[in-house]
Amino acid sequence: MIAAEARAVAIGASAGAIQALLQILPVLPADYPLPVLVVVHLPPGRRSELVTLFAAKCKLRVAEGEDKDPIAPGTVTFAPPDYHMLVEAGGTVSLSRDEAVFFSRPSIDVLFESAADAYGPGLVGVVLTGANEDGARGLVAVAEAGGVTIVQDPATAYARAMPEAALAKCRQAQVLSIKDIAAALLEVGQP
Amino acid sequence: MEEEKIEDIEIRLLLEALYRRYHYDFRNYAQASIKRRLRQARERLGLRTFSAMQDKLLHDPAAAARVLRFLTVQVSDLFRDPGYFRAMREKVVPHLRTYPSLKVWIAGCSAGEELHSFAILFREEGLEDRTLFYATDINQEALETAARGIYPLERIAAFTQNYRQAGGKASLSDYYTTGYGGAVFDKSLRERVVFSDHSLVTDAVFSEMQLISCRNVMIYFDKPLQDRAVGLFRDSLARGGFLGLGSKENLRFSAHASAFTEFVREEKIYQRGKG
Repeated sequence: MIAAEARAVAIGASAGAIQALLQILPVLPADYPLPVLVVVHLPPGRRSELVTLFAAKCKLRVAEGEDKDPIAPGTVTFAPPDYHMLVEAGGTVSLSRDEAVFFSRPSIDVLFESAADAYGPGLVGVVLTGANEDGARGLVAVAEAGGVTIVQDPATAYARAMPEAALAKCRQAQVLSIKDIAAALLEVGQP
Repeated sequence: MEEEKIEDIEIRLLLEALYRRYHYDFRNYAQASIKRRLRQARERLGLRTFSAMQDKLLHDPAAAARVLRFLTVQVSDLFRDPGYFRAMREKVVPHLRTYPSLKVWIAGCSAGEELHSFAILFREEGLEDRTLFYATDINQEALETAARGIYPLERIAAFTQNYRQAGGKASLSDYYTTGYGGAVFDKSLRERVVFSDHSLVTDAVFSEMQLISCRNVMIYFDKPLQDRAVGLFRDSLARGGFLGLGSKENLRFSAHASAFTEFVREEKIYQRGKG
């Protein structure tokens, strides 16, 4: 793993997301040096409970992205419901209400493609459990920019369609169990 | 990496070309989201590079018009984010009642969903007769849609649910009839509306507004352009006037933050200082 270059982590998850993320995010220490950007597919029009839920379990600061927020190390930033979350090259969050991708807004592809532009080889992209194809195209963008690509082992996923789709498009991605993904993220955060 | 840099150069040049040739100014749009839309537009044109797209758009005005419409189109719902309209009704309207006449600006009104929401709310609160609405957008086609007030029937269920949650006092169906394959909103709702082509990027202030609603428009702008737009709103508002933003927007990083106070914090409703 190209640990020295890592500048940010982007994670996408859909069906089964909460359980999967609960095994990853609380593992990261309070002084984790990378920003962690997360898209979880949620039904639109509902207030997200993600921040409350994960703030109680995580050592990292947990927030919901607002327009032009600076992206900070050691912070988990969730895409707000009903918005796409993008990364600007200067290290700030941009939001958009452009059309849904695979019926999803926020979309994993949108986050990954913009983060790949902004961080290039410094990005670690992770596709977790889910029942659609969002994230596959985005993970290809991460790989093409020279970033690290990780996919949850479909055999261990609550819903396998999304990791399978990601692997079909991005064959070089590492296939890891949830536990190993947490370990890999800890490792890329090592100085 | 080299490839990325070339693409960024191409995008800058393309945006410059669109500005000089067609006077649409996206040069200060948030890079990540404009880049994404430009990529989609390029795919639709079947072109491989933004340089090829620049060539095409400079010489083919019809293709350029389609791309410009695509770059500027936004979709909203009636009473989107019902809590925002509830706060308007419960907290802002009591202040507005004290004025004998009112001017309200819906900036970036797209296809008119927000405008119709305010027109209905003002009617129910008895403010309609004293109010003049200005509805502006840079997308001419969207303005025409707004002025027609016809929305697809399949969107009505969501509109109706929002309306109820926003504290609607009647039934949404009181305001539209079905026909032309859609829900036709009563034209009396638009009697006191001035529709106008206006750009927050290049155009000037309106005067003495009591309320400006501009939601999810400035998220597409970069920081300097946001500052310009918020400055425009500050100068267009009467003292004590209100500014409503999108649920994930704020004035925290704005150059004009000190001109405003938070009025309903959780719904992103600000008030221009009275001093």
